[in-house]
Amino acid sequence: MLWGIRVWPERAALSSSREDALFIFLLVVSGLMVVLIFSLIFYFATRFRRSKGRMATQIEGSLALESFWSITPFAIFIVMFVWGAFVYFDEHTPPNGAMEIYVVAKQWMWKTQHIEGQREINELHIPVGRDVKLIMTSQDVIHSFFVPAFRVKQDVLPGRYTTMWFHAIRPGTYHLFCAEYCGTLHSGMVGSVIVMEPAQYEQWLAGGGAEGSLSATGQKLFQELGCATCHRFDTQGRGPNLVGVFGKPVLLDDGRTVIADENYVRESITTPAAKVVAGFKPIMPTFQGIVSEEQLVALVEYVKSLKQPQQSEPVSNRPPVPTTPAP
Amino acid sequence: MAEREVELVVEGHPPGLQHHFSDLEQQREASTMGMWVFLITEVMFFGGMFLAYLVYRSMYYQAWVVGSEAMDFWFGTANTAILICSSLTMALAVRASQLGHRRALVILLIVTMVFGIAFMTVKGVEYHGHWLKHEFPGPSFHFEGPYEQQVEMFFSLYWAMTGFHTLHVLIGIIIIGFVAYYGWRGEYTPAHHNTVENVGLYWHFVDTVWIYLYPLLYLISHSHPYK
Amino acid sequence: MSTSAVPSPEREHYLNKDYGIRSWLLTTDHKRIALLYLMLITFFFFVGGFFALLIRLELLTPAGDLVLADTYNKLFTMHGQVMIFFFLIPAVPAVLGNFLVPMMIGAKDLAFPKINLASWYLLLIAGCLMLYVILTGGVDTGWTFYVPLSTAFLNTHVVTAAIAIFIAGFSSIFTGLNFIVTIHRMRAPGMTWGRLPLFIWSNYATSIIQVLGTPVLAISLALVGLERTLHIGIFNPQLGGDPLLFQHLFWFYSHPAVYIMILPGMGVVSDVIACFSRKRVFGYEFVALASIAIAVLGFLVWAHHMFVAGISLYAAMIFSFLSYLVAVPSAIKVFNWTATMYKGSISYDTPMLYALGFIGLFTMGGLTGLFLAALGVDVHVTDTYFIVAHFHYIMVGGMVMAYMCGLHFWWPKISGRMYPEGWGRLAALIIFVGFNLTFFPQFVMGYAGMPRRYWQYAPEFQVLNVLSTAGATILAVGYLLPMVYFLWSLRYGKIAGDNPWNAAGLEWMTTSPPPTFNFEETPVVTWDAYNYDYLDRDKKDVKEAPVG
Repeated sequence: MLWGIRVWPERAALSSSREDALFIFLLVVSGLMVVLIFSLIFYFATRFRRSKGRMATQIEGSLALESFWSITPFAIFIVMFVWGAFVYFDEHTPPNGAMEIYVVAKQWMWKTQHIEGQREINELHIPVGRDVKLIMTSQDVIHSFFVPAFRVKQDVLPGRYTTMWFHAIRPGTYHLFCAEYCGTLHSGMVGSVIVMEPAQYEQWLAGGGAEGSLSATGQKLFQELGCATCHRFDTQGRGPNLVGVFGKPVLLDDGRTVIADENYVRESITTPAAKVVAGFKPIMPTFQGIVSEEQLVALVEYVKSLKQPQQSEPVSNRPPVPTTPAP
Repeated sequence: MAEREVELVVEGHPPGLQHHFSDLEQQREASTMGMWVFLITEVMFFGGMFLAYLVYRSMYYQAWVVGSEAMDFWFGTANTAILICSSLTMALAVRASQLGHRRALVILLIVTMVFGIAFMTVKGVEYHGHWLKHEFPGPSFHFEGPYEQQVEMFFSLYWAMTGFHTLHVLIGIIIIGFVAYYGWRGEYTPAHHNTVENVGLYWHFVDTVWIYLYPLLYLISHSHPYK
Repeated sequence: MSTSAVPSPEREHYLNKDYGIRSWLLTTDHKRIALLYLMLITFFFFVGGFFALLIRLELLTPAGDLVLADTYNKLFTMHGQVMIFFFLIPAVPAVLGNFLVPMMIGAKDLAFPKINLASWYLLLIAGCLMLYVILTGGVDTGWTFYVPLSTAFLNTHVVTAAIAIFIAGFSSIFTGLNFIVTIHRMRAPGMTWGRLPLFIWSNYATSIIQVLGTPVLAISLALVGLERTLHIGIFNPQLGGDPLLFQHLFWFYSHPAVYIMILPGMGVVSDVIACFSRKRVFGYEFVALASIAIAVLGFLVWAHHMFVAGISLYAAMIFSFLSYLVAVPSAIKVFNWTATMYKGSISYDTPMLYALGFIGLFTMGGLTGLFLAALGVDVHVTDTYFIVAHFHYIMVGGMVMAYMCGLHFWWPKISGRMYPEGWGRLAALIIFVGFNLTFFPQFVMGYAGMPRRYWQYAPEFQVLNVLSTAGATILAVGYLLPMVYFLWSLRYGKIAGDNPWNAAGLEWMTTSPPPTFNFEETPVVTWDAYNYDYLDRDKKDVKEAPVG
């Protein structure tokens, strides 16, 4: 900040200085190019000013020059491309073991849900020094979760989860902006990311979440909505046993194999017919319109929490076909 | 004839030559090229819808099979036959204009129009049938069968693609009508009949779009058995 | 060349051939149609500019205190739609291109004069629809119409605006079609492809994009309209649709669209730099082929607008690489223009000032494009004012300056009069200063984190916004001046004569204003473009001053 004017965002995450380094490189290269072109133009414009007694010299061109100023910029561009790709790849590869927080965006607010149960509106408390991964969806239109101090941004889409991750390095309060135009109060869909020392963060966590953890909420929903009727924890159910499914490959009835990630679980609840597990019939009803995005998040977290010892084969959950309809 | 008069006849404008062209050949080449460029824009226009179709087909293949089975195979096949015949009569009409056979030209153009109208009639009956079965996307959509939601997507694309196609058929029929009228008035000669050729190009394009639509919409289930 | 203040007894030319409104509204003369376009787009330029002023006024303070939030959203939406579809896309092709393309190739008119007139009527109808939208409540989707916002969450005139742009798109398609056929088929004897002015090459490349790209915009808008009215469901996630499909379809056109907007301007600049350096363009073939390369490569980069939209990592990398590729031909052009000035004989008439301004500002805007092609940086700056600054540097600092450049350069040919040179240079300077003051701070505020399309913003961005608004008022003055003095020149301007610049090109070999059929006799071309050595052959004495 310079006299109250923000000329550069704060550097509050690991990604910040990584991105700034690339940006400064681009600035330097561009600055040099601008200086070069502008000086050449000024020089030529004055040196070769129209004057009596001198005609212009007609020059066709020069293959050597054309090659030079095609290849050299392109080489520099390759450097920019590779560097940019590395930064991007890093930003899109959350490390294993990152703590996960869910975000549900709606016109015009951010609802964040910690796994421990804490819910926030337009605020996100996170501990410093830890990898944090956000799993986000929208209830309505496309939004975008933007934290300038972290140099990260990710569109938040309806109908699916998108993810982003960051690693805060400085405690403080930083702007959170919606960065995809979403209607009337797009500019009001702002908030703060509050980075705390780990001890303070634990304290803050302990202070809320009266409804219990997210997966506990999910478990309750699982019972209330009747999911448990078909998705039994044995092989007798009309639906696959969900224990240990999350994160593993799943064989579908059309021969494809997909990984059971958050999007898969969510889609299985809202559009069950899209992907049917091999060996099962497409009889699951859709819960679209019956469960809210926040409830879906709880259900996803619940399914995630259903653990099983490691398996090396794709889970196909193929039971013997029931001879009598389940009660 | 006096020499001067011969000169005047030779230098006079051939009938149908527009003043900004230097000769009939340039005019003909320009107008043909113009029609080809226009058809390329039409390819891009339909291309967007074909892209959407391909994306969703790869995502919801099962539903596409079910949706295709819900189509009326015979209506689709009949329409394909109708349009192919209409392309034949159109091509013959172009030939007639090249040879200066005025009567044949007009008759063939009118037959082409009749085929076009037949196509639209079949389409209308087909649309009506879908409408009665609530197979029109929107709040009142209803489909008896699995994958209802994705079948609605299939029908969305069906209505959009065939709808735009039928609109192009209609425009074609109207234009052929005008061409038939001018042809009856004797405006086209072997030396100057480019309009007929260009309209023929347009009609063949419309036919070609249908030839792609037909298997993509009507024949999916016939190549892969539905489980 | 006659320089008398009183014109000699009037010979017939395209302006005085027929009088009366019917002779204008039913004309098929490409020159008159060009002027019809000039009037239409100038009107819309001021409409769009008015919206811009309101936006900048609102942004003087962090709070939203001038207009309502919804109003602000309508302002930036319609500013974008009007400026892009009703000004930038038609500007050089439909005004200067329509006027000059046939003349530059030695033809009497375009290939399809009636379609040319129809194109204008299409834009007029589209414009009337747009005006209707503006006057009866507006539209607030953002010019990008993203779904599902525009299909299911807004109650403004979305469909009408979509129809207006759909129709405007066809105006653009038909202009492009006309140019392609004209350039292929109607060149005068001896006017080979290698002798064409670069203005023609640029407009040819532009026309290819118009013809191939615009139909995809048409289908995108049609699908949005269908989804809104009939709930077709193609983009609705609740029906299994994908909002990203819309983005792909939309940007498949809208990225090449930016090349539709800039390529003709580059063509103008090539011709003007050559004239005011008295030299043929350095590397003519490279500049010509660079135009075609930009047109082709421009179709391969659309998803660089979607790096944070949810596309796959690998798709993002491919599009980033291709985006760097498309930067190369633009860089080649900038270098070639600069090299053209080397050992030239340079004068600083108004067109040249605008052309030099173009090179500087387009370079800056284009360089910031490199920032955006870098995936890591784009994630931070996309959807911020950095992007707004980037495209305004290219569109306004580049394209609008190129348009002004062309208007001033060819004004004598179009009207038979000279504009007042002193005022011309003053306006160019005011525009250059005002422009930089308006848009440079936006780079800073964008990187600092200010998102775009924000009615209210965090107070730490205020000072930069105030600077930007100050610049905008200066810019407005700069644009008003030419309006005034061009009109003034129609009556009081110096008589121009056939070729006041002693410029190369077939258009300068006929009278100003030209006769309706352009040339008394069809020219036969036996020389290359930019034959300034021939044109300046009278300048005797020393050939070139010794260097050093």
